Amino acid sequence: MIPAAFDYVRATSLDDALKRLATAGGGAKAIAGGQSLLPLMKLRLARPETLVDIGRLAELKGVHRLPDGRVAVGALTTYDEMLRDPILRHYGLLADAIPNIGDVQVRNRGTIGGSIAHADPASDMPAILLALDAEVVARSSRAERVIPITSFFEGAFASVLHDDELITEVRLPGGRDDVGSAYRAIEQPASGYSIAGVAAVVGAHDGTGWRYCAVGVTGVGDHPYRAAAVEKAVIGGESLAQAAAHATDGVTVASDIHADREYRTHVASVQVLRALEAAIARLG
Amino acid sequence: MAIDMLGKRVKRVEDQRLISGAGRYVDDIKLQSMAHCAILRSPYAHALIRGIDTSKARLMPGVLDVMIGADIPYNPLPMAWPAGGSAGLRNNVNTPRALATDSVKWTGEGVAAVIAETPEQALDALEAIVVGYDPLPAVVDAEKATLAGAPQLHENAPNNIVFEWAVGDKAGTAAAVDAADVVVRQRLVNQRLIPNPMETRGDIGLYNPGTDEYTIWMSSQTPHIQRLLLAAFVMGVPEHKIRCISPDVGGAFGTKIFTYADYPIVLLASKRLGGRPVKWIEGRRENYQATIHGRDHITYLEVAGKRDGEVTAIRVKTFANLGGRLSTIGPGIPTTLYARVLSGCYRIPHVYAEVVGVYTNTVFVDAYRGAGRPEATYVIERAMDLFANEIGMDRAEVRRRNFIAPEGFPYENPSGLGTASGGAKIYIDSGNYEPAMDKALEMAGYAGIEKAKAAARARGKYLGIGQSSYLEVCGVAPSKWIGAVGEGWGAAMWESANIKVHLTGKVVITMGTQPQGQGHETTYAQIIGHELGIPMEDIVVQHSDTQGTPFGYGSYGSRTSSVGSTAAIKAAAKIREKARRYAAHMLEASVEDIEVEGANYFVKGSPEVKKTFQEIAFALDLAFDAPEGMEPYLDETAYYDTPNCTWPFGTHVALVEVDEATGQVELVRYVAVDDVGNKINPMIVDGQLHGGIVQGVGQALWEGAVYSDDGQLLSGSMLDYAIPRASWLPTLELDETVTPSPVNPLGVKGVGEAGAIASTAAVANAVNDALKPFGVKHLDMPLTPQVVWKAMQSTKGAQA
Repeated sequence: MIPAAFDYVRATSLDDALKRLATAGGGAKAIAGGQSLLPLMKLRLARPETLVDIGRLAELKGVHRLPDGRVAVGALTTYDEMLRDPILRHYGLLADAIPNIGDVQVRNRGTIGGSIAHADPASDMPAILLALDAEVVARSSRAERVIPITSFFEGAFASVLHDDELITEVRLPGGRDDVGSAYRAIEQPASGYSIAGVAAVVGAHDGTGWRYCAVGVTGVGDHPYRAAAVEKAVIGGESLAQAAAHATDGVTVASDIHADREYRTHVASVQVLRALEAAIARLG
Repeated sequence: MAIDMLGKRVKRVEDQRLISGAGRYVDDIKLQSMAHCAILRSPYAHALIRGIDTSKARLMPGVLDVMIGADIPYNPLPMAWPAGGSAGLRNNVNTPRALATDSVKWTGEGVAAVIAETPEQALDALEAIVVGYDPLPAVVDAEKATLAGAPQLHENAPNNIVFEWAVGDKAGTAAAVDAADVVVRQRLVNQRLIPNPMETRGDIGLYNPGTDEYTIWMSSQTPHIQRLLLAAFVMGVPEHKIRCISPDVGGAFGTKIFTYADYPIVLLASKRLGGRPVKWIEGRRENYQATIHGRDHITYLEVAGKRDGEVTAIRVKTFANLGGRLSTIGPGIPTTLYARVLSGCYRIPHVYAEVVGVYTNTVFVDAYRGAGRPEATYVIERAMDLFANEIGMDRAEVRRRNFIAPEGFPYENPSGLGTASGGAKIYIDSGNYEPAMDKALEMAGYAGIEKAKAAARARGKYLGIGQSSYLEVCGVAPSKWIGAVGEGWGAAMWESANIKVHLTGKVVITMGTQPQGQGHETTYAQIIGHELGIPMEDIVVQHSDTQGTPFGYGSYGSRTSSVGSTAAIKAAAKIREKARRYAAHMLEASVEDIEVEGANYFVKGSPEVKKTFQEIAFALDLAFDAPEGMEPYLDETAYYDTPNCTWPFGTHVALVEVDEATGQVELVRYVAVDDVGNKINPMIVDGQLHGGIVQGVGQALWEGAVYSDDGQLLSGSMLDYAIPRASWLPTLELDETVTPSPVNPLGVKGVGEAGAIASTAAVANAVNDALKPFGVKHLDMPLTPQVVWKAMQSTKGAQA
């Protein structure tokens, strides 16, 4: 449980970090809270030549509202900081999910940017950001780009992020009053990761039906995804239970020693239904 | 502080040290010029070793030495407890070498060791070792391993069978089964578990070239036994040339009883380096791959009886998975410690058990908290539920009908406790099972359970209740039994203690038992404080070093309080008697006239004419005025061999709620009424019960070591092996009945394992009960949401 040897540098600024990543040519990894990367390094499953520590870059921390009403969450904002943030407090699904992410140490050290960059197929934050239609701001020494979260994840531990890019910010839509949100998960007890985790944002009822529905699912496929068939069914007027049955449409459902394909498919639907119901209940 | 703390909830004196980080575990010990060892482990479950090239590793930075199996001149590790002893039953024995030479039998078996200046360098160098393997087909399931065509692990073990052993009356049991009104048959899997002590194992070897002596610091439950086994069986070094020291041990649960390959490795490594100390600390992944696992039985159960609830016979055939090679007492666990107590607290006239010990391509299996008795309790307590459900009788009522009656003791059970014991009489000496059961059922609200079930149903939950009325055998045991041919492990099981009284009246106790978190430093001080009438603060308890403690067999099998404490009481009695004789001399009275009350020694009828224990110690230790023939100093050693085991019992009741949609099980209440006899420190007893109960619940609901078919350990870390967390559990509701053990002066029985022995079956029974409306008769553990949900789908839905 000791990592292979690596070089360590503490970045003095964002530009410094980006320059170091650019010159390392893929041999470097950025480290923030280290809650995902360090365990992999201790098992020697990850063995970067260099760690570029971005943990102290104040410019990447904190939550603020953008002029257009959206909310910017700095990549280094920790789970615990998100939980206690006065702006983010209004996002019901964050309040549901964050207290159950990892343990106190993970929540104190783990960051939103790190969670997304790591792209674990079962971590909670990606599902939440998918349901919120978040945007990921990524920067390299070459350029900055804004990536819709819906096109960010490509597979297990794989995303569109380049080796020389850092996530600097995650942008959330400003809270709207006519939707409710919730997060429901069934956890794999050993790791605490989700066997099926579902984030739902639903609302805008026009008297005949729900006009807005976004559902993010984690733990089920090879990467977190938007359950488009569920959303379509909800907006199309199907009952929530009928809609939830589409939770894994078009998805190759994962199977492991904790949950096989049949069970995971089933509980994905159960959690979709529970998240939808809880989100609607929050509408009051 | 009051003098007499016996039976009081005294705070543990070791906790200040252990909780504040001032404990001293093996990894805290840093010796000058210490080198570090890392062990290369096989990635294959079964393979021939073609060759090992260490040349590159030797050139790596900091590398001092690289060893492979051929470099190690020692014997294979010992296996000390064959099934059936040497009474003619064949055990096809294969034990590990310090490092494998020709083949590997499980993923994680050691094949090479690197010694380097730092642990990091040692680990880096492991990656430079090239091992040529010829992979072979593997088998991990004990039943499948015995079938025709299964991969064969050892030439001397056809069909991978270590032994085929049986107890009980075969013909009588068959006749009883044939004649029964009802016979219920069920296959039961008691899954493999990974024990998970908080501190992994580790050791430091130190060879002294000046004296040709070896010292090893080891995280072990049994330093004296390890010295004996290393000397006599492994290294060929005389016993007086080896010193074993177990410093603070951070949990063990049985895993640290045994002789492991790293002991001879670090000792030889130190010798090869001319006497530099060599430390090896086990990583958590290594702990999962290379330290013993527990349980892993497949049992075919038949329970037979009458429609009025009387159980007339139990017949089992058990396949016990013992791993790729045998651990130190692996075969003893599923035989003596399992089948001999299979009928538990019931008066079942016919019991017959066949046990097949089996090699598979998995790490060795040996004693894990409860060791055989949790497996036995699971079988008999599932049997009681299955039988009750089959005849449509209340499950508690069936147990009540079959309990050994309070006037039925001493009771010799039919699985041969008393018969194969080489002259020792092992029998269940005491018990009173109904009051404990009634109390537990009352606390759990058993009478109103149907109403509670209906209320839960209205919330979408299925409530289930389960009980486990267990019998434990503790304080193993008389040496003439456990050392008997055909029964035990050819060694004794007595215990020892030494008490020295300094001239200031302060007392040092050394003992042969070995704590690993139980609080012995507190409980021994409570006992001896009581015996000598002195405050606990005047007593220090020392242990764990073969140099300075009397020989003892260590701590496991819940034996310390019943066997070890009794040795200490005997030593205290010797101290008291000598003090009394000296008091008589000081007071110029005859010994017969000296009475002792607490620390006061006085002339009968004249309590004012007295000497205190401290005054006596001072005078006798100085011995300026010792009477003719009396040796100076108060220093006494006692050895104690118990005439019988002790027999704790009780009833645990679990209430669970099953979520119909997901199959998730919530343990909503847990009630335990235990009878562990008298208590030295009720707070420590509660703590032992808490820990044991939770470990047993873990088996029922969450834990399971999973190997792939080709022998990869899929549950290879805490990311995939679910140890219980406090937040998953309700408050544990504990109560007691007290039936003192008649075999020791304290009337104590032992409690280290009781919780783990009882709780697994209670929770499993509760979940099976919750699923009764679905027509479920039995589910194997762990009762994960997937297992439970699938069972609910296999029927058309709730019948009621």
